[in-house]
Amino acid sequence: MTPRKPSKEPFSDWRSGSTVKGILEAIRRETRGLDRPLRIMEVCGTHTMTLYRSGLKPLLREAGVVMISGPGCPVCITPDYYHEAIIDLVTSNNNILIATFGDLTRVPTARGSLQTTVPSAGSEIRIVYSPEEALELAQKNPGKEVIFFGAGFETTIPAIAFTVKRAASENLKNFSLLAALWLIPPALKAILQSGQVAIDGFIYPGHVSVIIGQQAYRFVAEEFRTPGAIAGFEPADVLLGILSVVRQIKQGRPEVANEYRRVVQVEGNPVALALMAEMLEPYHADWRGLGHIKNSGLRLKPCWQALDAVRKFDLALQPGKSLQSSCRCGEVLKGLLEPVDCPLFGRVCNPDHPLGPCMVSYEGACLIEYKYSSGAKKK
Amino acid sequence: MKKVSLEMGSGGRLMQEFINEKLLPLFKNPYLKVLHDSALLPDSLALTTDSYTVDPIFFPGGDIGTLSVNGTVNDLVVSGARPEYLSLALIIEEGLEMEILEKILASIKRTASRNRVKIVTGDTKVVPRGQADKIYINTAGIGHLVGRPRPEKIKPGDRLLVTGPVGEHGLAIMLARNNFRMSSRVRSDCGPLLFLLPLWKKGVLWMRDITRGGLATVLSELAGKIGFPVLVEEEAIPVSRALKGAIEILGIDPLYLACEGRALIVVKESEAKRVLNILKKQAPSRQAAIIGEVQDRIGRKGEALLRTSSGGLRLLEPLTSELLPRIC
Repeated sequence: MTPRKPSKEPFSDWRSGSTVKGILEAIRRETRGLDRPLRIMEVCGTHTMTLYRSGLKPLLREAGVVMISGPGCPVCITPDYYHEAIIDLVTSNNNILIATFGDLTRVPTARGSLQTTVPSAGSEIRIVYSPEEALELAQKNPGKEVIFFGAGFETTIPAIAFTVKRAASENLKNFSLLAALWLIPPALKAILQSGQVAIDGFIYPGHVSVIIGQQAYRFVAEEFRTPGAIAGFEPADVLLGILSVVRQIKQGRPEVANEYRRVVQVEGNPVALALMAEMLEPYHADWRGLGHIKNSGLRLKPCWQALDAVRKFDLALQPGKSLQSSCRCGEVLKGLLEPVDCPLFGRVCNPDHPLGPCMVSYEGACLIEYKYSSGAKKK
Repeated sequence: MKKVSLEMGSGGRLMQEFINEKLLPLFKNPYLKVLHDSALLPDSLALTTDSYTVDPIFFPGGDIGTLSVNGTVNDLVVSGARPEYLSLALIIEEGLEMEILEKILASIKRTASRNRVKIVTGDTKVVPRGQADKIYINTAGIGHLVGRPRPEKIKPGDRLLVTGPVGEHGLAIMLARNNFRMSSRVRSDCGPLLFLLPLWKKGVLWMRDITRGGLATVLSELAGKIGFPVLVEEEAIPVSRALKGAIEILGIDPLYLACEGRALIVVKESEAKRVLNILKKQAPSRQAAIIGEVQDRIGRKGEALLRTSSGGLRLLEPLTSELLPRIC
């Protein structure tokens, strides 16, 4: 047999209509005869994006699978008080340079957003594309205190940890990290333990899994008897993950399947994991919507405190009043509420005037629904 | 206190709101009200103006000079007018090297003669260092109508065409700023659309040059205007290979990237193939394609929809938050 010629386009095979149709048909065959649709949570916001951008969500519904968006958007789950602490810092101090990712600057809080804040003389808020860029800002601006406000899951945490390590080795005195770093497995545990959402299975985030590996989710299958599959981010990737979960449900054999084998290893990335263990320690952290979750956040270890913005500037990371009592991002993040069922959605909350982080972030379920869904309620 | 945000100038929804709520009521008159790319004046005259603030001023495929002529020429062409005369106003930052200025002026001259337009009036201002960034250019253009957009005639079945691969200007600018530290062979598509003029007599009902907000924003505007949904096929939209590679890495949607030498054209169903063949015979539109049609079965009134390569349907919203300021 001659090997098939690889396609010219990098991902066309994973997107093609015929591949997608074939897998959808296989899912439909499996769900035939079930008395209710299966409810599968895609944990990661990028998967939510794939499902909407390719228009797969309604097709899956027809095939007997309801997809529920999970908490996998770091911008969305970072509590307001991180933003408020920064707003306080830049409005009351001169020569502070906050470097952060674009989405984070637009999150509305009781004190406005980072974008609408007017910093004190010499202070500013700058958008960067990588933690490394923040480090370079510190090198180029020795007269300023550069604080990198980084929110992320296991995917981005190693790069952030590496940047801090570099700052330490270069003895950069004017660089520090405000860490809003979150871990996926404890959040899954909290969702399962709360029992509020009926979930038949999970699609695990592909790039988080590159770091933490397949075994990190074993407790979901073993303790909670809930199926799951790691999936990549092309339409066919996600559908293969869903097919695997549907099959596990039907056979009553929950496991952690790996449908993203081209990049995910069983043990994850040992180098990245070692770096995280060297620099960071877990603590009991607050998630917007999900609340206080045991060992679900990472912060710098005490030996790196010179680089920890919380310690360096004595930041008060305390829950304050929340901005919009009727914003229901919390329930959206838990999978309890579909974005369109929020009374604010599309009427007063839209991408130009977001009232909650889920309408701000490119991985936020509300923004994705608003942007990509035909017939979603508007205005 | 409400302040002007970058998004207000992005060509997206906030800019529409600004125009509709602040400008239109203030300057109320029948010519402005139409809000086409040019004002259609008595005696078959069309008038348009545009300011150019692109950063960087030189980029692969063009510079602020070529842009400032082509952009204004193209606004006239898609309004149905043959461009004839241009004004040229320069706002220059003190300290700009004369050699750079001369290079830009040479570009302007070359592009103007290529477009067969004369620069007949102008203005030069220099502002103190730091009060502008290198150079800004404003041009206004005037020409006589050879055709007339007829959006009210558009009906289900009419075809949507693009004149070439989309998104190249936006990406070229993005990469030229080097924020992402990657390089690519993508060059700006900055160029004149003069070759579209004869098509006004061949069944074309509407044209719009695809600039800020990209193809998706133009489609969404069109759908809002005509009262029917429009549906385009992802597979049919021309995107160059180089662009595809770069956007995969950056995670950018090509349908929201700006062009500076492409247009969306609505053609009567019966004439679509003929118009496509004419386009394909000309160098700048060799990769033109029919990408979809006006609908009456799929979608709701005012919606622009995309059938994805995976076979699903997706809404195309106008661009809301600015991808990148100062792309043109």
